[in-house]
Amino acid sequence: MSLETLDSGQEHIASAISDEVVIELSKVNKWYGEFHVLKDIDLTVYKGERIVICGPSGSGKSTLIRCINRLEEHQQGDILVNGVTMDTNLKNIDAIRRDVGMVFQSFNLFPHLTVLENCTLAPIWVRNTPKAEADRLAMQLLERVKIPEQAAKYPGQLSGGQQQRVAIARSLAMNPNIMLFDEPTSALDPEMISEVLDVMVGLAESGMTMLVVTHEMGFAKRVADRVIFMDQGEIVEQNTPGEFFNNPKSDRTKLFLSQILAH
Amino acid sequence: MAVLEKGSPRRQSRSIIEWLNDERVRSVLYQAIVAIAVIAVARYLFVNTSENLQARGMSSGFDFLSGTAGFSIAWTVLPYEAGDSYFRVYLVGIVNTLIVSLVAIVFATLLGFIMGIMRLSKNWLISKIAAWYVEILRNTPLLLQILFWFLAVFSLLPPPRGSFGLLDMFFLNNRGFYMPAPVPGAGFDYTMIAILLAIAATYAVAVWAKKRQMATGQQFHTFWVGLGILFGLPILVFLATGSPLSFDFAALKGFNFQGGVSVPPAFCALLLALMIYHSAFMAEAVRAGILSVSHGQTEAAYSLGLRPGMTLRLVIIPQAMRAVVPPMISNWMNVVKNSSLAIAIGYPDLVAVYMQTSLNQSGHAIEIVAMVMLFYMSVSLTISMALNYYNKLVQLKER
Repeated sequence: MSLETLDSGQEHIASAISDEVVIELSKVNKWYGEFHVLKDIDLTVYKGERIVICGPSGSGKSTLIRCINRLEEHQQGDILVNGVTMDTNLKNIDAIRRDVGMVFQSFNLFPHLTVLENCTLAPIWVRNTPKAEADRLAMQLLERVKIPEQAAKYPGQLSGGQQQRVAIARSLAMNPNIMLFDEPTSALDPEMISEVLDVMVGLAESGMTMLVVTHEMGFAKRVADRVIFMDQGEIVEQNTPGEFFNNPKSDRTKLFLSQILAH
Repeated sequence: MAVLEKGSPRRQSRSIIEWLNDERVRSVLYQAIVAIAVIAVARYLFVNTSENLQARGMSSGFDFLSGTAGFSIAWTVLPYEAGDSYFRVYLVGIVNTLIVSLVAIVFATLLGFIMGIMRLSKNWLISKIAAWYVEILRNTPLLLQILFWFLAVFSLLPPPRGSFGLLDMFFLNNRGFYMPAPVPGAGFDYTMIAILLAIAATYAVAVWAKKRQMATGQQFHTFWVGLGILFGLPILVFLATGSPLSFDFAALKGFNFQGGVSVPPAFCALLLALMIYHSAFMAEAVRAGILSVSHGQTEAAYSLGLRPGMTLRLVIIPQAMRAVVPPMISNWMNVVKNSSLAIAIGYPDLVAVYMQTSLNQSGHAIEIVAMVMLFYMSVSLTISMALNYYNKLVQLKER
């Protein structure tokens, strides 16, 4: 797929992992009716760690990260985020969602609000931020994702790449300490992928804890501290990108890598 | 290759066909043909009608409007006597149509929202009840429903002596529905002023709360405080001025009820039928509107930490309203137009009093039909204009 970026020789971004655990999943199971989507998932994420999750479609990778902010409910096992237990307690769910940002494949910007309003809605209504301050913060973030000049436009007037960058800024406006990315570049035209990946690389450099579901193997190689391969609801293999790409252990991983890097 | 020169013989001979094959010439030509045809038909109709009217010695013109109508109308909102003019009958009919339509629109809209949201409920029983409600009512003719309510419900009620009563204030029998009539006493004006002040004060509080939130971030319970002001202030003033409002209660005297306010069975039947029938269509509009907002919007709002109530208010409803309002308003127009089926059960709406009785008596068919059409068209077109304005306001900006 992205062989050029993979071989482009860009250096791996220095890791900033601390020994503080921010996400802990133990024995997490989830079913959709009869279909067992997540099987005994154990995962520990440290502060500042950058994890790329890959795997064939239907392997449960999106479901896994959607369980971390309760867009999906797990049925068995424990999920601990920032020390808060994910259970049916609404206060806990609110607390977790406030500090966990998410970027979606289909952007999901609010089409009835301007770019700036998209970025200030949650700070104003969830964090009780005064409007002037929320606006200032949002403009800073729009500059960070390199589209301050689009602040007054509506999402429908932007390109896909621009929309996804707004979506990243919108999540960052809540000042999260964890960012989840659910195939952020899969809905984009090829020439727009890099502008989104650049923003994500910038975010990684700033020390953000990131879980990224993606097929961009170049990105994985450059940014990830750990690559996780999932298949049929299980974590099949996890390793540093160097080991993962050059020396995969499992046959399923080898098959997947050969398919994805074949052309 | 040889280049064809301008004005060459071949070009001359093909010019007419070429001219006809020009797309701009074509479009003008077609429009001209249609325009001529329309004018010809209109002229034929006009000439034909006026010749026929002359041949039968019928007069045309609007002089008859000031003539005495001479018939009585079973139930009117505007005061009316048999000696009043045809123009008065027109106005009485319009008001009778508008009153039943407006009350039906208000209740149908409420019911439509409730049913539409119920049908989206995750609770199996609730969503099935709403689904059956919608499917049964939407798929049977309105006229059938009007006749059902009139013949099978309101006409079979007991006579006045056996009325169904509620708190000795409301009565329902085969003569109609009776309610107490409010009689304002001296000083009730102050309560009316208090109501207006309360509305202004609520608005002021809302503006202030918004300003404060934008400046300091603090949120304010505008809804509950507003509700308190809206009801509290008028009630306080009402009590302080010595409760200057009494009620004229309907009471059984002899064979019938006297006093109070009453509406006839035909009004009740028409109102219920219009309200229930149209609420089913409105429920579908509401359901479709809410479904038109993708689930991704809810997920995005949740992932930002917005709670479900705020998500509904700030993200879902503003988007759903764009899809709900246009079909909702065209349903309102349908309520007004379908109220003309009143004629089937003898409710004296505009069509019944003006196009039936008045037309038969005066013979001014063209004028009367034109006036009735003018009324329905002005109502509908006014509503569409408001709708177009609304659509322009909320249109999503795209490239």
